[in-house]
Amino acid sequence: MTDTGTASSPSLDTPGNGEPVLSVRDLKTAFRTGTGWTQIVKGISFDIGARETLAVVGESGSGKSVTALSIMRLLSPETSRIEGSVRLGGRELLTLPEAQMRMVRGGKIGMVFQEAMTSLNPLASVGDQIAEALSIHGRFTGAAAEAEAVRMLERVRIPAAKARARNLPHNLSGGMRQRVMIAMALACKPQLLIADEPTTALDVTIQAQILQLIKELQREEGMGVLFITHDMGVVAEIADRTVVMLGGEVVEQGQTEDIFAAAQSPYTKTLIAAVPRLGSMTGKGQPEHFPVVDRKTGVLRPAESRPDTVDHAGQPVLSVRNLVKRFDLTSGLFGAVHGRVHAVENVSFDLQAGETLSLVGESGCGKSTTGRAIMRLIEPQGGAISIDGTDILALDKARMRDMRRHIQMIFQDPFASLNPRIRVGEAIAEPYLTHKLGTRQEARAVVADLLERVGMDPQVANRYPQQFSGGQRQRICIARALSLSPKVIVADESVSGLDVSIKAQVVNLLLDLQQAFGLSYLFISHDMAVVERMSHRVAVMYLGEIVELGPSAAVFKNPQHPYTKRLISAVPIPDPSRRAQVRKVANDEVRSPIRPADYVPPQRSYREVSPGHVVQEWEGDWKM
Amino acid sequence: MTSITETSPHLLAPEPSRLQALKSIILGRPGTIAAVVVIALLCIVAVFAPMLAPYDPLTQSMLKINRTPSWENWLGTDQFGRDVLSRMIYGSRNSLIFGLISPFCAAVIGTTLGVIAGYFGGIVDRLLSRVIDLLLAFPELLLAIMIAAVLGGGFWNVIFVITIAFVPGFARVARAQTLAVKQEPYVEAAISVGVRTPVIIFRHIIPNIMAPIVVLMMLWVASAIRLEASLSFLGIGTQPPNPSWGNIIKDGLNNIFGSPWPIIGAGAAITLVVLSFNLVGDAVRDALDPSTSQN
Amino acid sequence: MARYLLLRLADAVPTVFLVLLLVFIAMRILPGDPAIAALGDMATTEQLQLFRERMGLNDPLWLQFINFVKGVLTLDFGTSMMSNQSVLGLILYNLPYTIELTIVAMLIGILLGVPLGVIAATNRNKAPDSGVRAFSLIGYAIPDFYLGALLLITFSLNLGWFPINGGGEGFADRMYHVFLPALTLAFVKAAFIGRLTRTSLLEVLSKDYVRTARAKGAKENRVIYGHGLRNALLPITTGLGLSTLATLSGSVAIEMVFNRPGIGKLLISAIAERDYAVIQGGIVVFAMFVVLINLMMDLVYIVVDPRIRMK
Repeated sequence: MTDTGTASSPSLDTPGNGEPVLSVRDLKTAFRTGTGWTQIVKGISFDIGARETLAVVGESGSGKSVTALSIMRLLSPETSRIEGSVRLGGRELLTLPEAQMRMVRGGKIGMVFQEAMTSLNPLASVGDQIAEALSIHGRFTGAAAEAEAVRMLERVRIPAAKARARNLPHNLSGGMRQRVMIAMALACKPQLLIADEPTTALDVTIQAQILQLIKELQREEGMGVLFITHDMGVVAEIADRTVVMLGGEVVEQGQTEDIFAAAQSPYTKTLIAAVPRLGSMTGKGQPEHFPVVDRKTGVLRPAESRPDTVDHAGQPVLSVRNLVKRFDLTSGLFGAVHGRVHAVENVSFDLQAGETLSLVGESGCGKSTTGRAIMRLIEPQGGAISIDGTDILALDKARMRDMRRHIQMIFQDPFASLNPRIRVGEAIAEPYLTHKLGTRQEARAVVADLLERVGMDPQVANRYPQQFSGGQRQRICIARALSLSPKVIVADESVSGLDVSIKAQVVNLLLDLQQAFGLSYLFISHDMAVVERMSHRVAVMYLGEIVELGPSAAVFKNPQHPYTKRLISAVPIPDPSRRAQVRKVANDEVRSPIRPADYVPPQRSYREVSPGHVVQEWEGDWKM
Repeated sequence: MTSITETSPHLLAPEPSRLQALKSIILGRPGTIAAVVVIALLCIVAVFAPMLAPYDPLTQSMLKINRTPSWENWLGTDQFGRDVLSRMIYGSRNSLIFGLISPFCAAVIGTTLGVIAGYFGGIVDRLLSRVIDLLLAFPELLLAIMIAAVLGGGFWNVIFVITIAFVPGFARVARAQTLAVKQEPYVEAAISVGVRTPVIIFRHIIPNIMAPIVVLMMLWVASAIRLEASLSFLGIGTQPPNPSWGNIIKDGLNNIFGSPWPIIGAGAAITLVVLSFNLVGDAVRDALDPSTSQN
Repeated sequence: MARYLLLRLADAVPTVFLVLLLVFIAMRILPGDPAIAALGDMATTEQLQLFRERMGLNDPLWLQFINFVKGVLTLDFGTSMMSNQSVLGLILYNLPYTIELTIVAMLIGILLGVPLGVIAATNRNKAPDSGVRAFSLIGYAIPDFYLGALLLITFSLNLGWFPINGGGEGFADRMYHVFLPALTLAFVKAAFIGRLTRTSLLEVLSKDYVRTARAKGAKENRVIYGHGLRNALLPITTGLGLSTLATLSGSVAIEMVFNRPGIGKLLISAIAERDYAVIQGGIVVFAMFVVLINLMMDLVYIVVDPRIRMK
């Protein structure tokens, strides 16, 4: 680590020991569009020292990925134009002849991309793909290259590397594939590693493993790292210095500690304020708004305190008992069942009026399937779901249609949640009119009122969804869900697709609406920090089962189940001072819920840790 | 709402409508402009055939068989002394009618089957998919020949044969699209507010699967014209003495030592018209369904 | 892989059955009395009755279907009414001509089409691309029988370089006879394969893993052929299967144009003569071609897609 800890000036500070590995000056990149050239990167400058990690952080459209591709000259020269200066170890790259530039790519600079699945050739074994990099740069050829490829797989901590080398990418898990990408990028011992959102597509425990791996490999190889991300938490975990980009320009750069401690620009402040911080809710019994920063002045307005919205006395609005959903895996001509996905296994919980219960867990844990089963978008195999005491699984089609008034859903992808052919006003009015709650005239008034409620201008009702940004669309979806005045809203990863600053606003909106209407939320999310901030209670799901359930404060402060502990410890902490600490990261894969056809799920028992905080008894295979 | 700093929505610019997109695509391609002109001419010729044709297409004359092109007979005459140009002008009606009716019928039937299979799934879907997959293994021409071999030629049979040959293609696209759209959260949102199934299908699904269907329909106008010509050439399409571009070539081939002009003329007409419909079809595809654009 | 192969083979059985069922339905249930279709409107009631008796048309439908399947499985397609030869004999005589035409046409088509597609894709939006595009537009538009007739008029009739009709005897003569018809079909094929190769290759070249290959420092040739064309082989293979069948259906008209023996010509003549047994035999042969070529494509897939081999 070259982190000197000295105060940084807002100008370029040359880090560490002498000559920077990479020096970017006044880099400008433009893309050809129908009418002319559009400037994407507007003159940015930064340096990366040897053994230093520089994070380039920004929201979507900030030009951070284009910066990386410009440095590698991977953009098509026919549709793009790169100006300025990029020097690697003192050598100018932008004017280098293509043949020499090729030797830089993969030889002097290695690159890792976001989507490991699509970034690996699906028809070549991973060993061959690493060996290809080695032989291109003449480091090894033939059998020696293959042996070195296996050695590289071992270096990125892939077990049974020799056998794995012969696998095609689709036989590997997401985390494994990203390790292969890293092995390939580092195969030729580059001076610089560019990692473009390498952990964004991964589960949080896998993300922790990959971040740890990059840190360790950097220490061993002594290379510079250019780390591109949108996640300030990840920045704090990994970066010595940070460059904040907005609209193709650098708005701020400096030591990561300094930026987190005293950001200069309002935009950086907004970003940092919006970062959910795990543990920031300790000692508070209630969900709380995100603090809001005015984008122009940079003034931070702290969150107001919020009254208790939960109706503790009444009967639960939503009650789920022993819910089971399995998907058969069939094969062959006659559709014989050779296995089952045990997506949801014996899940039970209650939700009170005005309460938020979060279902958290990683991909494949069954949290979304639980939500969809409650909505009866899929039919569960067993269990009971009651809304206000009525078992909805027993209802016929017509009665179920009536019951749907009381429970609504908000989906993850705001771009797909609205029919592109229907004006947003009509979309919001559709539930109201479907249930014949009033005339068209009345529906129009309801729509205007709802749009105002979610912070939008009622005038936009006659626009089509394409004209709105992601955050705006999610507000419209919330308005649509509210149009039936439901009691329960199932929010399935509803803020996960949004940029951090927008995410904070939508979470605040949901909290306000809960207060105003006494809504209950079943909040399904993988984002632990958002969950901590907005839920009263939390249920942790793993392989289709709830392994721990309790008041938010209790679960986060005093996690009991080994999986909960692992999950919480894997969340990046936006506190750069803790970066140097080596964190214990279990190298396990996220396990699969696929079981043989004759599998009988074990009987589980639960133990109450404190009032309302229960944890599943676990067996010996959990080691931390 | 107190906590939101960005309450005023910054609306994105409206996207250009698909018709505008189509217009600008066509105007940007000289070849496609020419194709539109050719199609317009074809329509005029087909509609006003009786006025434009210099002779009756069926009248035979032993006195003037196998004439080469002249001022009197621009494309010469065939072995029965019939004016080739007049036969071609009347033949254009055939091409246009088959070219437009069959893809349309096939689109309606195929889309209906595809949407039913895709939306409802289950045993209906499995059976239907199996038959569709099987029929898709047959090239349209082969399927058409096999059915026409049984049915024989004639106007309605040809419409039927070409329609059947195209149905599997539409059904597959409609099914795949329905399956995709059915997964969209906006459809699930509609289901979860209790919207009735027919409303979901007609309001949320069909409008969103129409683009590829319309594109396919446009592209298959050309295929239908070619198919009718092929069937008529093989003697299992439009039956003589009614003129069709396909059977003009068939007659021409039987009389290949007499005069090559019927073959050259009718063949050039088919090629030009099919080319034009293909170009326009490509433009429609690029405007309506840019993701499948091949450029 | 063995499992995949067995599954494919097992899958072909119901396919064959379904195909036969469809052919049967087409022949028996579609509007129109096969007896009238065969004998014409002028036939007397006795003649019709006799015909129905001979063809087993008076049996219940299920029995007719069983007899039909039995006939196909034992390769007994009945006897031609016109020539009184066994239909199997007619098929066996004509089949090689159709097969050799299809194979030669496909070979020329692939040898022309794939390089054209690669040239177009690697010179996207430049002159070679426009040239290939124009070529494929014409190839898509021109009916094969028209192109065949033009070639026949030019090279056989006027220049006398090639024979006007027939299939030829002996290898060299047969190749001489097949050249012009095959070239006709190959022209249309090359247009299709060229466009398919271009689209598939461009699609693959826009993939993330091609960017990865460039980020490794791979040379452009290695990127285009090692990663691009290698992966584009999958959609191209699928296209080639359909294309082979399209060539087969195109051969029907080409056999008519060049007046050469073949299944297509046999079928079309049978239709003109209402030779019921031959029509049925011809249709079954074409249907079996479809099943067979699809099966062959599955085998080719084992070669080009290692993911299947890994199973």
